[in-house]
Amino acid sequence: MEITFYLSAAIAIATTLMVITVSNATHALLYLIVSLLAVAIVFFVLGAPFAAALEIIIYAGAIMVLFVFVMMMLNLGKAAAAREQGWLNPGIWTGPGVLAALLLAELAYIFAQGGDTPWGTAAVTAKEVGIALFGPYLLGVELASLLLLAGLVGACHLGWNQVGIETGHEEERGHENG
Amino acid sequence: MRTAEAIAAIPMHHGLVLAAILFALGMIGILARRNLVFILMSIEIMLNAAGLAFVVAGARWEQADGQVMLIFILAVAAAEVSVGLALLLLLYRRFQTLDADAVSKMRG
Repeated sequence: MEITFYLSAAIAIATTLMVITVSNATHALLYLIVSLLAVAIVFFVLGAPFAAALEIIIYAGAIMVLFVFVMMMLNLGKAAAAREQGWLNPGIWTGPGVLAALLLAELAYIFAQGGDTPWGTAAVTAKEVGIALFGPYLLGVELASLLLLAGLVGACHLGWNQVGIETGHEEERGHENG
Repeated sequence: MRTAEAIAAIPMHHGLVLAAILFALGMIGILARRNLVFILMSIEIMLNAAGLAFVVAGARWEQADGQVMLIFILAVAAAEVSVGLALLLLLYRRFQTLDADAVSKMRG
């Protein structure tokens, strides 16, 4: 089972690397979905099957579909891809990259010193998660529902403004042309 | 299918290192890219890495709290991405570009 963990971890890292380096946004989106699926496998191997199911349903299912819809609405061309290519010039990020690699080496050294603790055995089932969610974390659930309501109202408001502005501009152009 | 020895064979810091790598990749994406779609995707990667760290810690101590925190992170990510994508669409309709530097001036 451990080879599953390491293989899915390698896939997650490789696909995430592709997400931040590829210039086509739709390709990056597909890589990101694969990365989320790999992380879901990691959750499953770690003994969290409920988290794995939520990862696939909400992240790879709902949120990524939002991204796909927006990408299809925008319909970016080759000019944007060429502009993104210019931002990935190696001369810009070599110095900070070397410093960040040094920090990563420090982190790996710290873990090699004292982080070698084997962990427990049993998987945490959905029942335990539900009991914890509606027991001590009930206030958090209410706050999450408020946050989702605020997100809904905010997205609806922004979309409403967009329609108003667009029609307003079209009316102005119509008056200018006429 | 999943035996106790198999889970015990994976040390905790391997999961945490994976979460750290994913978080760092997301942060590199935010710093390197100027397309707003890629910036939003990098934010998703970072939130996902934080949730992975919570789940790893929850699996280490066999508590459900890690997965509860992952559910909260999912709610935050859903709210964030809905508002972010609505802003992105508004921006694209107004400026005809997705470059984050194009909107760096206020009242320009």
